Amino acid sequence: MSAPARPESVALLEKFVAALAARGLVTEQEIADRQASTDRASPEIGARMVARAWLDEGYRRLLLANGAAAAEQMGVSMAGAPPLGVLEDRPGLHHLVVCTLCSCYPRAVLGYPPHWYKSFEYRARAVREPRAVLAEWGTVLPPATQIRVVDSTADYRWMVLPMRPAGTEGWSEDQLTAIVTRDALVGVALPRLPVAAAAE
Amino acid sequence: MSDVPAPAIHDLGGASRYRCSPVERDEAPPDDFGKRVDAIRQILAQKGFMTVDELRRGIESIPEAEYFTLTYYERWLTSISNLMVEKGVIPAEELR
Repeated sequence: MSAPARPESVALLEKFVAALAARGLVTEQEIADRQASTDRASPEIGARMVARAWLDEGYRRLLLANGAAAAEQMGVSMAGAPPLGVLEDRPGLHHLVVCTLCSCYPRAVLGYPPHWYKSFEYRARAVREPRAVLAEWGTVLPPATQIRVVDSTADYRWMVLPMRPAGTEGWSEDQLTAIVTRDALVGVALPRLPVAAAAE
Repeated sequence: MSDVPAPAIHDLGGASRYRCSPVERDEAPPDDFGKRVDAIRQILAQKGFMTVDELRRGIESIPEAEYFTLTYYERWLTSISNLMVEKGVIPAEELR
């Protein structure tokens, strides 16, 4: 668990809000509205972009050429957001995304970054021992598979377009969206078939 | 080797001190404190009071001892509140 903010930080936050509010710079309503809109962004958006790319070659090309434009096509506003790059996995090549300097993350299409993405351990180790990090997620790639680790920055955000798993032939966009997890979009995991579907 | 400067504190890529530490798999969304700080940051950015690069500069200039004891959103709050004082948007006294 990430530690809760210390009481002095909670007090500082309230003094800060009061100082801003006294000058008409923020209101509680604005804060609540902004929080609600931020809460609405979720990895399901990125998952649907991946599913669509698996089904629609034209969309796949757009996604790889201009991730932000592909996100806009899904109804996501990318105004003011940095460009979104999309990294396509293929046989023998896997991508993993990290922000070594802090926590840069394509929030418009994946929502809040999880705590572990922002942790000192992930930031330090993803670039040095990616296989060991992946193993902690149960992701073990063949030794011959190259792992390309890409650093998201304040000016350019990345997400992964994983390979479509075998056994998903004929699946709908909704079915495919459901197997693309946030972890798969960061590259720490692969899309997996539910056990029941895999057994069919 | 000796003329290679030590990396800045936030430049953690490859840092060997974390080599043997597993990644703590905390999946919880930010708590209310974090979400509130984040919302205020977005509002101030949208209104032109600060940029993401200024936020970064504020975080990256937190002294090392503090950097590693503050939580993630405490580092953000430190940066944002310092920036607003620095820019004369609010007086420092009101934060004491």
